Amino acid sequence: MAIVTSPPPSPAELPPPPGSARPAPVRLLRRPTHPTGLWSWITTVDHKKIGIMYSAAAFIFFLIGGIEALLLRVQLGSPDNTFLSADAYNQVFTMHGTTMIFLVVMPLSAGLANYLLPIMVGARDVAFPRLNAFGFWVFLVGGLFMYSSFLLGGAPNGGWFGYAPLTRNMPGHNIDYWIFGLQILGIASLTGAVNLIVTVINMRAPGMSLFRMPVFVWMSLIAQFLLLFALPVITVALFLLMFDRQFGANFFNAQEGADPLLWQHLFWLFGHPEVYILILPAMGVVSEILPVFSRKPLFGYQVMVISGIAIGFIGWGVWAHHMFVSGLGPVATSAFSASTMFIAVPTGVKIFNWLATMWKGKIRITAPFLFAVGFVTMFTIGGLSGVTHAVVPSDTQQTDTYYIVAHFHYVLFGGSMFGLFGGAFFWWPKFTGRMLSDRLGKMQFWLMLIGFNMTFGPFHILGLQGMPRRIYTYPEDMGWDFWNMVATVGSFLIAVSVLVFMWNVWKSRKSPQVGNDPWDARTLEWSIPSPPPEYNFAEIPLVTARDDLWHRKYEEDQEGRPVPRTRPESEERAAVGRAVEAATGGEAGLRGPDATSSVVTETAAGRAEAAGRAEAEEGDGVDATAGSHAEAGDEGTHHDEHGGHDGHDEHGGHDEHIHMPSPSYWPLVAAMGLAVVCYGVMYKFLPVAILGGLWIVGSLYAWALEPATAPDEPEPEPSTSTDLEPVGSGTGSAG
Amino acid sequence: MSTISAPTDAQGSHHEVEPGHPPTSTGLSNEKVAMWAFLGSECLLFGALISVYLLYKGQSPGNTITPEDVYDIPYTSVSSFVLLMSSLTMVLALAAIQRGDHRRLRVWLLTTALLGASFVAGQVYEFTVFIKEGLTLSTNLFGSSFYVLTGFHGAHVTLGVLMLASLYSLSLRGRMPTEKAETVELVGLYWHFVDIVWIVIFTLVYLIP
Repeated sequence: MAIVTSPPPSPAELPPPPGSARPAPVRLLRRPTHPTGLWSWITTVDHKKIGIMYSAAAFIFFLIGGIEALLLRVQLGSPDNTFLSADAYNQVFTMHGTTMIFLVVMPLSAGLANYLLPIMVGARDVAFPRLNAFGFWVFLVGGLFMYSSFLLGGAPNGGWFGYAPLTRNMPGHNIDYWIFGLQILGIASLTGAVNLIVTVINMRAPGMSLFRMPVFVWMSLIAQFLLLFALPVITVALFLLMFDRQFGANFFNAQEGADPLLWQHLFWLFGHPEVYILILPAMGVVSEILPVFSRKPLFGYQVMVISGIAIGFIGWGVWAHHMFVSGLGPVATSAFSASTMFIAVPTGVKIFNWLATMWKGKIRITAPFLFAVGFVTMFTIGGLSGVTHAVVPSDTQQTDTYYIVAHFHYVLFGGSMFGLFGGAFFWWPKFTGRMLSDRLGKMQFWLMLIGFNMTFGPFHILGLQGMPRRIYTYPEDMGWDFWNMVATVGSFLIAVSVLVFMWNVWKSRKSPQVGNDPWDARTLEWSIPSPPPEYNFAEIPLVTARDDLWHRKYEEDQEGRPVPRTRPESEERAAVGRAVEAATGGEAGLRGPDATSSVVTETAAGRAEAAGRAEAEEGDGVDATAGSHAEAGDEGTHHDEHGGHDGHDEHGGHDEHIHMPSPSYWPLVAAMGLAVVCYGVMYKFLPVAILGGLWIVGSLYAWALEPATAPDEPEPEPSTSTDLEPVGSGTGSAG
Repeated sequence: MSTISAPTDAQGSHHEVEPGHPPTSTGLSNEKVAMWAFLGSECLLFGALISVYLLYKGQSPGNTITPEDVYDIPYTSVSSFVLLMSSLTMVLALAAIQRGDHRRLRVWLLTTALLGASFVAGQVYEFTVFIKEGLTLSTNLFGSSFYVLTGFHGAHVTLGVLMLASLYSLSLRGRMPTEKAETVELVGLYWHFVDIVWIVIFTLVYLIP
């Protein structure tokens, strides 16, 4: 879709009247062109809308998975309970685990990455926008497919890890829903991984060298690489199981001599990198939040990044610590024990770096900050119990007890979910233009922290007392009653805290609009309006430093303290030309002070934001200093690099076209075909499977033959659209 | 979507890509980076499948069909040769479109697709012979791991044939101008990958006893 933006006036010029703020899109297309409303979301290829849809869908799954957790806790709250039958309990705990991992934490991370990665590296969209939409729809189809099992004869009941040979022989279609559902979700994650990797590797703004990227970008990138290489392994495992169950193959048939450990090896070879796929993005979020609210740069940026990379590599060499009791032999267990201890080192490095980031910082205690600190503390507890699993004799005692359950909830809830909630509070104003209430956020934090520790803390004790996992009830005289009751009460506290969050979200509709940069933050996403326009950057920024926005706002005094810039940026224009060459040539010496990136916002919108900002400062939770320096984006002046190209664009008043990729129906249509195939194969109804296959192939052809960016209609000024044509043309013929 | 061209072109900073592509951080087009990433992922897919085959090699309980009973090495060598030759014709197709020779492009695309299709047909024939000799998916571990591994590869070749045929028909309708040579190159990357995987499979599965 072609969008017309007004180039900004020179700094001296006053903003035009609000009416001229954003000219309406100039053209209608035969392709889907709904600018607003339901269809605009269904056909969108905009990475921001897709990111929001990922997050919203994942949050709904979070509620479902949470309700499942409450069911489990009610059942286990008292001994000999009959609230859930054994069969129902198996279904609920399997779906709880599968949901929370594949339908909550992964898509929440994917949603954040989708929204933020392109903006953080200074791009206008991901590399393949339609593939991005496809990934989301495939994820949704996969989730709904798996949940349709509840209506169609029973949900998966073999645990989230689905150990074969057990799952090979379980009757009914329960396990089939799990197998096919995960296959579909795998496709979603794979396309997302390829897309985000290409975006980060290939679409960074000028000057955004790898070691200037925000840590969130780095951690997400590493997680995407882990996905890229881990997913094929689980895909193979699931395919083998599918062949066993559907077509009578023997991969997990112990009677035919199959290796009963094959599944465990394949699953955990995927499963352990998966753990880092779940935690690394949250680590990135925390690494963005802590510097902003400590008003200090992240301590040890390079070490932070390198530890992330190290985790990504070592994460491949620890999988058998999930299998210490399966009889691997002393050599293998010793090796995996050592590698498991070793991976604690880069993780520990990160924790100390976060502490050092806060040390002597000017800390502002806000909701996102609290969640980030919650992440660091809870994740440390989870990490420490993780180290006890590296010790084989100790692990032998703990395997399949509630101690393990405690450990991974401290890592995945105390870690990932706290980090992601922190991210939600931190970026909410960027996503919506409105603040979440900080007061409610803090209330939620404390409720969640107390509820979380009440629920999962006692699991350590229960586990050491010998309470096994996956039992649906226990007799009265085991001594487990008290702590189980405590855990159940705690789980309802968590539920209350989630309700507080939902109330907060609902209330935020009415909270005042905020400007570009309500937190006085450091990275590029805060240099553009909140919420960002469809094209993100009216002008692609020129990056001259890590934490580029910060250096645009502040310089250092003689003692190295940050002081607001006094010289208007326009006076520094002259330096820009030199800076471009230096920055993009990778000269590290050139830092922010002399070279300003050009970020342009529409001026009327900017003025509205300035007004909104004044209100926001009165609103809860916004530090009073935050707004005052947030002008960088607003007063950014027009970078006239392309003066040489298009003479007509020298002075404000002419329109400049930014060709954004056009919406498309095909990603959704193609994604739906996958469910058709799966139902067809599962119920051995060949015509349906063939129909689904043709459906997918047909929609992929339609997709491939549809240009990524619909051609422009004739313009009054044809020259305007040709001058900048490369902008849209590369948008991914494969997109 | 890629980085906007104007600022970078003006400064001559970002790497230039082939004409028709916006400048990117690496100088490679997005599509090419994506294809390499995808092929990296595929390496692990086939790696896992081949590992399973090797793990189960010789593990089938006695008195059932073994590889030695069914393999027809000369026959499979011929079909492997056919597939390898298709890599050569793929290279010729790419060279043709890069020269702007669209007639030869179509000739070589069609040849490649036909060679690939013959390979798949050969595999289907091989499967039917094996099944007649009593080796099915459910016979033993060897049957399961053999059919799934080679079948996966055959499915990849089939997909490649489909893509080649699509390129051919696009070219017939004049929708593959010389600027789109990279599309042929990308399909070529995939095609060569599938061929290389076959070299590994042929060696490990058929040749090494």
